[in-house]
Amino acid sequence: MKPIRRHRSDLLFFMIMGGLSSCFLLLIILMLAADLMFTSFDDFKAALLKPEIQAAFRLTLLSCSAATILALWVAVPLGYLLSRYQFFGRTVVDTLVDIPIVLPPLVLGLSLLILFHISIGGWELEDFLRNRVGFPVTYRWPAVVLAQFGVATAFAVRTMRVTFDQIDPRAEDVARTLGCSRGQAFLLIALPQAWRGILASATVAWARALGEFGPILVFAGATRMRTEVLSTTVFLELSVGELDAAVAVSLLMVAMAVVVLLLLRALGTGPSS
Amino acid sequence: MIELLDVSIQAGAFSLKNVSLSIPKGEYAVLMGRTGFGKTTILEAICGLRAIVSGQILIDGIDVTQKAPADRLIGYVPQDLALFPNLDVRSHLEFALRIRKQSRALIAERVNELAKILGIVHLIDRSIDKLSGGESQRVALGRAISFRPSVLLLDEPLSALDETTRNQMQELLRQVTRASQVTTLHITHNEDEAIALADRRFH
Repeated sequence: MKPIRRHRSDLLFFMIMGGLSSCFLLLIILMLAADLMFTSFDDFKAALLKPEIQAAFRLTLLSCSAATILALWVAVPLGYLLSRYQFFGRTVVDTLVDIPIVLPPLVLGLSLLILFHISIGGWELEDFLRNRVGFPVTYRWPAVVLAQFGVATAFAVRTMRVTFDQIDPRAEDVARTLGCSRGQAFLLIALPQAWRGILASATVAWARALGEFGPILVFAGATRMRTEVLSTTVFLELSVGELDAAVAVSLLMVAMAVVVLLLLRALGTGPSS
Repeated sequence: MIELLDVSIQAGAFSLKNVSLSIPKGEYAVLMGRTGFGKTTILEAICGLRAIVSGQILIDGIDVTQKAPADRLIGYVPQDLALFPNLDVRSHLEFALRIRKQSRALIAERVNELAKILGIVHLIDRSIDKLSGGESQRVALGRAISFRPSVLLLDEPLSALDETTRNQMQELLRQVTRASQVTTLHITHNEDEAIALADRRFH
C-alpha cells in the first residue's frame, strides 16, 4: 500500500485569525485617518494657538504627571503587599482597589464631590482645606489631579501586583537570612527588579489620567484657563460647535499618548536590558 | 550547634510533628529522605522563614524560635539558589557585610578571600545570568558564608550538577566547612553524597 500523502495548508488558519484581528486594527486606523482627513494643518495650528487650549495643554501635562507620581507612591507598596502577604481582609482590599475601574466615571466624580462637601457635625472637608489649610480643592486644579489619581492608581496597582507576582520571593527570603529586615529586602532586592513594571505602571497611569473626563467635569468643573484639561477642551469645543478645534485637540491627545508610550517603551528596552 | 526540640511545623495541608535533632558545633550533618518528606520545610523553619507551631529551635545554645531570620546568623543556600538577579557576583559576596555596615577595606578583603577559596576570582564582575550551574552554586555558597555564620544550611546543593562538577563541589564543601568550623546541615537524597560528606547522618 502506498503511503497516504496529505497536503495540509495552514493558509486558512492564518486567514481567519488574521482576518478577525485586522477588523480591530482597521477600525483604529480608519478612525485616526478620518480625524486626520477632517482637519487641516491650518485648523490644527489655529487651535493650538488659542491661549485656552495652550493653558489646557500645560495643565494636562502637569496634572497627568502629578497624578502618575502620586499613583506610583501608592501602587508600589500596595501591589507589593497584595502580592506577598496573606492578611486579614486581603480580598476586601483587592476588591476595593478595583472599584474606581468598574465605577461609572460620573459616579466617581460625584462621589468625590460629595466626600469633600458632606457635613459631619458641622465639619466639612472642603471647608477645612480652604479656610484652615489654605488649599481649596473642589473646582480647582487639585481636583483635576485627585480625579485622575483615583482611576490611574487603580490601574497602576494592578500592574504593580502582577509585576511583583512575577518576581521570585525566594531571593527576598534569602536576603532576610543574610541580615535584611523586610524593608531592606524590599528596597534592595524586590524594587530594583521591578523597575520595568514600574515603568509599565507609570505608562498605564499616565494614559488613564490623560483620558479622564467625567470625574473632572463633575469634581473640578470645566472652567477655561483654570481647570480645563484637553479632554475637557474637546467637550467644550464640541458643545459650542467648534468641531475643527475639537478634532485638532483630539489629534493632539493621540500624539501625546503615542509619544509617552514610545518614550516609556524606549526606556524599558534600553541598553541595560 | 543546631538543636531542634519537639518542633512541629504546619505548611498548608502538610505537617511535621515533634521533630528533634541535635548537631554538635562544627559537625557536618546530612539529612536524608525522599522528596516531599518536608526537609526543605525544616530548613526554612531553622532559618526563620517559616513559623513553627510548637517546640524550640536553638542555635549555639540560644533560643532563636522567636527571632527574625536576620538575627539568627544562619547561612542558607536554598535548592533554587535564589541568587539576586539585580546584582553581580561581587555584590552577592558583599551583600551581608554591607548590610552589617562593615568597613570598605574589610569587605574588600573578605570578598577577595572568598573568591579565592571558591575559585571564582575570574567571575567576580560577571552578572549572574552568565554563570553555569556550578559557578552559581559557588556564588550562593559564598554569599551564605560571607558573614561567617555559625550555622550553614544546604538544601540539595549538588542535585542539579553533573558528575564532575558535583565531585568538585563536594570537595569544596568539605574544605570550606572544615576550615570555618561552621555547623552544617545538608539535605540530600543521594547516598554517595552523604557518605562523602557526613560526620553524622539523619533519616
